Amino acid sequence: MIAEAGHYALTLALFIAIVQATVPLIGAHKNDSFWMSFAQPAAILQFLLVAFAFGCLTIAFVTSDFSLAVVVHNSHTAKPLIFKISGVWGNHEGSMLLWVLILSLFGALVALFGNNLPPGLRSRALAVQAMIAVGFYLFMLLTSNPFERIIPPPANGQDLNPLLQDFGLAIHPPMLYLGYVGFSMAFSFAIAALIEGRVDAAWARWVRPWTLLAWCFLSGGIALGSWWAYYELGWGGFWFWDPVENASFIPWLSGTALLHSSIVVEKRDALKGWTIFLAIVTFSLSLLGTFLVRSGVLTSVHSFATDPSRGVFILALLVIVTGGSLALFAWRGPGLKSDVLFQPISREGGLLFNNLVMTTAAATVLLGTLYPLMLEAMGGGKVSVGAPFFNATFVPLMVPMLIAMAAGPMLTWKRSDLKPVLNRLWIAFIAAIVLVLVVWQIQGGAVFGLIGTGIATWLFVGTMVQLGERIHLFRVPLGDSLRRLGRTPRAAWGMTLAHAGLAITIAGITGAGVWKVESIQSLMPGQSVSLSGFDFKFQGVKQIQGPNYQATRATFTVTQDGKAVVTLHPEKRLYVVQNQPTTEAAIHSTIWGDLYAVIGDPEGTKGAYVTRLYFNPLVVWMWIGVMMMMLGAAMSLSDRRYRIGAPKRTRQRIEGAAATSLK
Amino acid sequence: MRALVVATMMGIFITVVSAVHPEFLVSPSFAVNPSEVLKDPALETRARDVSQNLRCLVCQNQSIDDSDAELARDLRLLVRERIKAGDTNTQVIDYVVSRYGDFVLLKPPFKAGTIVLWVGPVLAFIGGMIALVLYFRRRHQITVASSRRLTALSEDERKRLEKLMGDSS
Amino acid sequence: MKSMNRTLFYVPLAIFLVMVVYFAFGLTRDARVLPSVLINKPVPPLVLKPIEGSVRGFSTDDLKNQVTLVNVFGSWCIACKVEHPFLMELKKSNVVPIYGIDWREVNRKDGPAWLKRFGDPYTRIGDDPKSKAAIAFGVTGAPETFIVDHRGIIRYKHTGPLNYEIWRSTIGPIVDQLRRDQVKAKGTS
Repeated sequence: MIAEAGHYALTLALFIAIVQATVPLIGAHKNDSFWMSFAQPAAILQFLLVAFAFGCLTIAFVTSDFSLAVVVHNSHTAKPLIFKISGVWGNHEGSMLLWVLILSLFGALVALFGNNLPPGLRSRALAVQAMIAVGFYLFMLLTSNPFERIIPPPANGQDLNPLLQDFGLAIHPPMLYLGYVGFSMAFSFAIAALIEGRVDAAWARWVRPWTLLAWCFLSGGIALGSWWAYYELGWGGFWFWDPVENASFIPWLSGTALLHSSIVVEKRDALKGWTIFLAIVTFSLSLLGTFLVRSGVLTSVHSFATDPSRGVFILALLVIVTGGSLALFAWRGPGLKSDVLFQPISREGGLLFNNLVMTTAAATVLLGTLYPLMLEAMGGGKVSVGAPFFNATFVPLMVPMLIAMAAGPMLTWKRSDLKPVLNRLWIAFIAAIVLVLVVWQIQGGAVFGLIGTGIATWLFVGTMVQLGERIHLFRVPLGDSLRRLGRTPRAAWGMTLAHAGLAITIAGITGAGVWKVESIQSLMPGQSVSLSGFDFKFQGVKQIQGPNYQATRATFTVTQDGKAVVTLHPEKRLYVVQNQPTTEAAIHSTIWGDLYAVIGDPEGTKGAYVTRLYFNPLVVWMWIGVMMMMLGAAMSLSDRRYRIGAPKRTRQRIEGAAATSLK
Repeated sequence: MRALVVATMMGIFITVVSAVHPEFLVSPSFAVNPSEVLKDPALETRARDVSQNLRCLVCQNQSIDDSDAELARDLRLLVRERIKAGDTNTQVIDYVVSRYGDFVLLKPPFKAGTIVLWVGPVLAFIGGMIALVLYFRRRHQITVASSRRLTALSEDERKRLEKLMGDSS
Repeated sequence: MKSMNRTLFYVPLAIFLVMVVYFAFGLTRDARVLPSVLINKPVPPLVLKPIEGSVRGFSTDDLKNQVTLVNVFGSWCIACKVEHPFLMELKKSNVVPIYGIDWREVNRKDGPAWLKRFGDPYTRIGDDPKSKAAIAFGVTGAPETFIVDHRGIIRYKHTGPLNYEIWRSTIGPIVDQLRRDQVKAKGTS
């Protein structure tokens, strides 16, 4: 009964979306406020219906309603409650429902908070949002219905893949989708602007908060995925350039470019074509990611169960949405020219350079991800494009941009002088050199490690220098500086936090990626191993029983210079329903690195076990850095200037004042 | 301008270095068992080096060094066997490639089929920089031309100016 | 100059459409199948010991002078059980000799026990506990079947279980063709 209600709600949502996609669009064209007025209530109603459907599916999972196919394939009565809930989106159909939930949520938010938007723009944007929704509703109802029944219902389910029964992975998809689907709003606004034929500062002001929100969540989602891989897969690795990981990273790269490009549209009425293009591309890349993960076109650890008919449908959706929007861009884009000039050395110039590098980086990762498919299609055999390729191409590409990032924010608009800016950065340069030399002494001369150290230091100190500049540090009395600090707008704090956060993330990636220490050995209980100044003593194993698994649980006592540090309990589990083993590493995080212990299989007959022990430097810096970036985005979002659509009024006031003064 | 050139050269330098010396990026193995480890550490390092560039064929996107799969283990043992028997790293890799094709290499080979892949990113970046330079140059020309036009006075205007100047003196 | 600017705006669309063509192609094939690079290359020279309870090990020399199938299997492999009845059919109808490689058995007795239970379609069987032969053949999973011609050259590789449909449409015709080639070659020698 509940499932039927959910199914019905979903179908209703489809019809509301069809109305929302057509009526307001016609209304905007005819400038008829009655027709346009359909947009907002439709968007809110659509969201409520989808939320209801989602609620029904959740209830089905929580109550273990095994008459639903998706519950049978992904759940089990013995599963803990939290994983019953997260199982709702731990499968293809359910995750698609989550997709449309967030899609309709963003539409509803614009409907609710968009009252100071020009009605034409609002109607068109909501209409485009609804068009995308129609595509996805059809996809779900025709090929991936979460409410499909199984008759007769089995007594119990097949349980969720044990790898997915994990807190980190439970919130990973919602965060990721908030990011991916969040960019749909920027996309809808971009299409609306193209249809209207106008991109101005007000538009950019409206797009920025949605882009910030989406970017914030996407960053978090990607980091969560990395974090999960790090502690769950027992490898200590956190990024594999897997096609599906890349599918989330590429929109992040272009989304970052979009964020920065829209600043130029807002402040200087330039780079309009670029910004529209990036808005279209970023969401298209999100759609492309969906296609790659669910169609079976690429081999990946993450792929959902593949089904060619689903692949065809998503490809058709992709062609319509992306092809259509790029065609619209080709047709109407040239009309967006602005006559605003700026020098190459200026903040606009710097942001243009940022656009170029981020777009090239996104294209590079995309090329590497899709290349095996393209080569095979051309009969060139099968090749792999793995981590070595990306490390060799992506990293060098980012280096110039990361260097420029320290100087960019200190450039002035329109025309700037590079020399004084570079002079102010001398301290960042010295700090970088010093730290590189220090690290070289301690850790050795791995090239990538030293480059990473240098760049991270340069960027971090450079960002601090920029903040110091802002408050005129050391040029006015300290009290004045502090007062200036208090008056610093939130958006400026946001930028400082985000850039500094990136520097810390890079430091973490460098440490954890380049200077891990490991030790693999066979240990008898009572034996010890020394690693990076820590002593790991193996105390033996115990067999234990969990809610839906059996496990071998090991104990390690770790000491440093004789002082106790921590007791680690790595496990090797067997989930009985799916008969699948997993390794649960035991991790102790400190600010300088993680102690990471894994228990392997027994070796020989005398009670020895294979054990793998690691010291991973600076891992928490990655997570802290990303949290700083997300906090920075949140700070920028909370800046009140975004909530007041001021530019138009200001310009009129200034023009009015100028007119009176000229008389 | 100079800064950009320096940055691009740095980028090319790093690309070449990492393409030629992947061992700068050697990460610890996560699947090698103690019983597989060779006695000679130099040989073992070579074995790990080679393994990290070979794809595990029954997994998705992992190297045989990282994977727990059976076939990965057998390939790791094969690699060590051949290294102990005196093969160079290249010879071991060539043997595995002769059995499984280029697909087994995690770093795509540099040959006719993959030129676009390797050269593409650098070309795109350089192309983009050139486009930027051309764009700014053209803008500059337009600005100079239009400002010349703006500041060029017509006959009438010049006469008026002279008259005004004459009047005020 | 302006028209060049306009065409620039069409470039992303063009690139996208090209990508779509590749995706459409990608949907038509299974990304997990690895095509063999050993087609038209000689069978790797191997000598495999017999499995327990049998004296008939095989070396790749045995494959000469006849068109043969080489089938990689294991008692642990579920898909092999699925294809097994068809292999028994092939043996019964004496169409083509099948040589087996028993791959990666954990216990020496597993292979023979499995064959005893389900039947033995193989002319000869080689034991491959350490994947030596499998790697030499470029095998990534079981079952995989190779067609070898009379000169000992690998002519085709099939990944996955065999069945009547696949035999009728692909394997069978290839075997027939190779037989004809063998007769022709004998005629001219």
